[in-house]
Amino acid sequence: MSSRTIAGPARGWEYVIGLEVHTELRTATKLFCGCPNAFGEEPNTSICPVCLGLPGSLPVMNAQAVDFAIRVGLALNATIQRSQFHRKNYFYPDMPKDFQISQYDVPINANGHLELPSGAVIGIERAHLEEDTGKLVHRGGGGRIESAEYSLIDYNRSGVPLLEIVSAPDIRDPEEAKEYVAELRSILVAVGASDGRMEEGSLRVDANVSVRPVGETQMRTRVEIKNLNSLRSLTRALEFEGRRQVQLYEDGEAMLQQTRFWDEARAVTGALRLKEEANDYRYFPEPDLPPVAPDPLVIEARRSELPEFLSTRRAQLADVLPELSRDLRETVITDECWPYLRAALDANITPHRAVARCANELVALLDEIGALSPSRFVEVLALEDEGKLGASQVKVLLREACLDPLAIPELVAKLGFTASDADAVKAMVAEVVASCTQEWSRYLAGDEKVAGFLLGQVMRRYGRQISGSDARQALTRLAEEARAESS
Amino acid sequence: MNDEILDWGIRELQRRLESAEVSAVEVLEAYQEQIAIQEPEVDAFLSLDLEAARRRASYQDERRARGERLGRLAGVPVVLKDNLCTINFPTTAASKILDGWVPPYNATVVDRLDEEDAIVLGKTNLDEFAMGSSTENSAFKITRNPHDLDRVPGGSSGGSAAAVASRMALAGLGSDTGGSIRQPAALTGIVGLKPTYGRVSRYGLLAFASSLDQIGPLAASVEDTALVAECIMGHDPRDATSLQEAPPQLLGSLSQGVQGIRIGVVTNLIEAANPEVQAGVEAAIQALARAGAIVEEVALKELAYGLAAYYVVAPAEASSNLARYDGVRYGLREPGVTVEEMMIATRTKGFGPEVKRRIMLGTYALSAGYYDAFYVTAQRVRTFVREAFARAYVSFDLLIAPTSPTTAFRIGERSNDPVEMYRSDVCTIPSNLSGDPAISVPAGVDADGLPIGVQLLGPALSEQVLFRAAFVIEEGLH
Ligand SMILES: [Zn+2]
Repeated sequence: MSSRTIAGPARGWEYVIGLEVHTELRTATKLFCGCPNAFGEEPNTSICPVCLGLPGSLPVMNAQAVDFAIRVGLALNATIQRSQFHRKNYFYPDMPKDFQISQYDVPINANGHLELPSGAVIGIERAHLEEDTGKLVHRGGGGRIESAEYSLIDYNRSGVPLLEIVSAPDIRDPEEAKEYVAELRSILVAVGASDGRMEEGSLRVDANVSVRPVGETQMRTRVEIKNLNSLRSLTRALEFEGRRQVQLYEDGEAMLQQTRFWDEARAVTGALRLKEEANDYRYFPEPDLPPVAPDPLVIEARRSELPEFLSTRRAQLADVLPELSRDLRETVITDECWPYLRAALDANITPHRAVARCANELVALLDEIGALSPSRFVEVLALEDEGKLGASQVKVLLREACLDPLAIPELVAKLGFTASDADAVKAMVAEVVASCTQEWSRYLAGDEKVAGFLLGQVMRRYGRQISGSDARQALTRLAEEARAESS
Repeated sequence: MNDEILDWGIRELQRRLESAEVSAVEVLEAYQEQIAIQEPEVDAFLSLDLEAARRRASYQDERRARGERLGRLAGVPVVLKDNLCTINFPTTAASKILDGWVPPYNATVVDRLDEEDAIVLGKTNLDEFAMGSSTENSAFKITRNPHDLDRVPGGSSGGSAAAVASRMALAGLGSDTGGSIRQPAALTGIVGLKPTYGRVSRYGLLAFASSLDQIGPLAASVEDTALVAECIMGHDPRDATSLQEAPPQLLGSLSQGVQGIRIGVVTNLIEAANPEVQAGVEAAIQALARAGAIVEEVALKELAYGLAAYYVVAPAEASSNLARYDGVRYGLREPGVTVEEMMIATRTKGFGPEVKRRIMLGTYALSAGYYDAFYVTAQRVRTFVREAFARAYVSFDLLIAPTSPTTAFRIGERSNDPVEMYRSDVCTIPSNLSGDPAISVPAGVDADGLPIGVQLLGPALSEQVLFRAAFVIEEGLH
C-alpha cells in the first residue's frame, strides 16, 4: 500500500533513521512532587524540596503520569509491563540531584509499532517515563555554556514528566520521519497525554541517523542529532546530515559516532563537545521508588477508553473506498471532519458522495459550522442521494444549515427549492427546449455552443427554483435519452 | 531536685508534669544544667538552642495550665542527629560542604516529634554523612564516650548516643545504615532500635544509602525507646518506600514476657566477639531462658558475607546520593573558572577523606565493566542474607547476637585502618541488608567498666516481640 517513493540522500544511498521523541505529559503536577506542571510561569516559582533535589527529599510517583504512559503504550500497540526506575548519573547544573530518574532496562512500554499514513509500519522499541531537567540560560558569550559569562537556572521544568518514545531504526527518509512525528503527535494529543506543541518544547525530537548503500543490510556508524524542535528542522537536519555522511564515505573519510546539534540559522549540523560522549551514566535501580506494576484491570479499562485513531479511520475507509486518494483520505479523517463522514457512512449515503461533500463543502464550512450537526449533514446528503436535490442546491443548503437551526425540510422550503428533484428539473428543461426546436436539433447534432442559449432560456423561466448545474445535468440527460431513442 | 529529674524516664516525667509536681521549664532547666556540665567534655552537639527550648517549655506550661491536653512527649528533651532536616537548626551531616545550611523544611520524624510536643534541644554530631562507626569522621568535632572520655561513643549516631548516655537528653533520634544506631547505643550503654525498613519515613533524612537507611530512637530504657518509636513510626505519603502498616503498639505489650518464644543464638556472630562481650551476651541469654524463652544455637554463615556486600551497595548508592552537593544550589561553593572546575573544587574541599573514599568505591562499583562483578554480585549476596534470615525465622521468633564485637575503642585507635573499622559492623549490617528490625540493649560492662550491648534481631514487622524480649533482658540484668 506504500504509495510514496523513498528519497535517499544521494543516488544509490539510503537513510537509516530512528527517532527519540520526548513529550511532556500534561499532568496536573510534576512527576515526583506536588508542584504544578505549568508552562510559562515566573522562573523558580513552581518548585519545592523534591524537584530542587534538596538533601533529604524523596520522589513519589505521580499516578496520572503512569496512566498517560499506559494510554500511549496502548495506542502504540506496546506491551505494558511492570517497570523499574533507574538513576542516570552525571553532573550537570540543570539537574538538581546530579542524576536523572529515568527508566533503563525495563521501561513501562516495550515493543510497539506505529502505522503511518503511507502504510509503512515503524517499530517502537520503548516508551518510558523520566523526569525533565531544569532550564539553563547562558548569558554572554553567544549563549553557549563554554563561553558564557554566567548562567541562570530555572528549575520550574525540573521534574516535569516526560515520556521518551524510541522508534526502531525503521525510518527510511526525512519525509517519513516527519510523517512519523506528525502521526505520533496526533496520537499523543488524542489520548490527552500531550498538548503536542513543539514550539513550546512539549515535544522534542532527537534523531539517530546513518546512511548506507542501497542493498546493504548492516547498520553503519550513526550520529545523534539533538533537540530538533520543529518538523521543518527535523527534515532539514536529516537531509543535511544524510548528504554530509554520504560525502564523508565517498571521500573515504572516517565516520565518527557522535552527537551533533542542528544550527537552524546556518542550516548545518555541528558536533557537540566530544566530552559528552565519554559519559558513563552508572545506571542502577532507583532505591527510593518501588517498581511500577500497572494493574491489568486498569490497563484493560484504559484500552476500552482509547479514542479512535487515524489508523483506524484509514482502515475503515479502505474497506468502503479502496481507491480513495491519500489527499482526500487525510482530509476527511481529521477529528473535525470524521464524525460527519462516519455518520454519513453509517446512514448508507453513497460513500464517494459522502467523501466529496466532506472534503469539498464541509471542510470549507468548519469555521462557521454552527447548527450543522452530523445528523443534519446526513439529512441533506440523503436528499441528494435520493435525487431530490441537485449538487449546487446541496451546497447552498449546507451553508444555510450552518447558519439557521430550522429543520432541514423547512430550510428547503425557505430556500424555495420546491422543484428540486432531478425528474422535476428534467421536466422543466424538457418544457423549455420543446419551444426551441431548432436550437434543440443543433444541440442534439453535437453543437455544444447552443447549450448556453438553451440553459439561459431555462433559467430565465424558472429563476432560482433550480440551479444552473442541475439544469445542465438535466439537459445532458435529455439529450442522451433523445439520442438513444433515435438510434 | 535536678538530679532527681534526670533520673525520670519519659512516663515518670509525664506523670509528674500532669500532676503539676514539676513544670516543663524546671525540667528544661535541669537538663540545661546537665548540658553545662557534660557538653564541654562530651562534645555531642553540633547546634544547640536552649533559649528556643525554654520558650517551648514555657509555652507548654501555659497550655497545660489552660487545661490543654499535650502530646505523648510533652516536656521531653530530645536531640536529633544532624542529618535530619530541621527548619529551626542548621543541618550539616557533619560536613563542611553543608556548613550552615538551614533546610526550608522539617523531616517527617521532626514534625512527628513536634506534634507530640517533644522539646528539641539541638542537633548532634555524627560521622560525616553517617559514614563511620566512631563519630571521628565528623568535619567539626570529636564526640567522646561519657563512660571514658578517651574512647569513641561509636557511630555514626555517636552524638545522639553520647547525649542520651550523659543524660543531656531523654531520647535521641539517629539513623542506621549499617548499625549506626545500635552500635553507638551499645558502646554508650543505652538502648537503640533500627526499625523494619519502611516503618519510619525517611523524608528529610539526608540520604547515605537509601535502600539501607532507617531512622530510629535511642534512649536510656527499653520503655522510653518504645514510646519514641511509637511516635515516629507509621506511613508517610512523602516516602514511596514507607510501609502502609499501622504502627505497632509497643508500650502496651512491653511486659508480656517471652514465655515460649523461640530464640536462636547466632553462634558465628558470637564467635566474632571478644570474650567479655560474649559473656555479656551469655548473661542476656540466661535472662531470656529464665523468663521461659526456648533458646537454641544456630549458625548463619551467610551473614558474614553481608559485610562485603554492604561495602559495595552502600558506597554505590552514596556515590549517587552525594552527587547533588556540587556547589550550584546550596552549601559550600569554591570558585572555579568553569562550572566543572567549580564543582570539582567544591567537592574536593567540602568532603572529608572517608566520604571521598566511599564515593570513589561506589563510583567504581557502578562503572561500566565493573557493575556486574560488584553491584550485581553484591545484590545477589544481599538476597543470600535475606534467605538465610528467612530460613532461620522458620524455626525461631527472634535471634540474638552481640551488637558490636568489642566495647568502645580508643579515639584514633582505628582511624588509620578503614577495613578494621568496617569489620566492627559485622553483627549489625545483616539487618540493614535484609531490612529487618533489630534492637541493641545494654548487657553489663567489661573489666574497664565499658558498656556491652546485646542485639535482638527479628523478622520484618516484629518490633512488638523484639521489645518484649528487650524488656526481659533489661529487667533480668538489672
Ligand atoms: Zn516540586
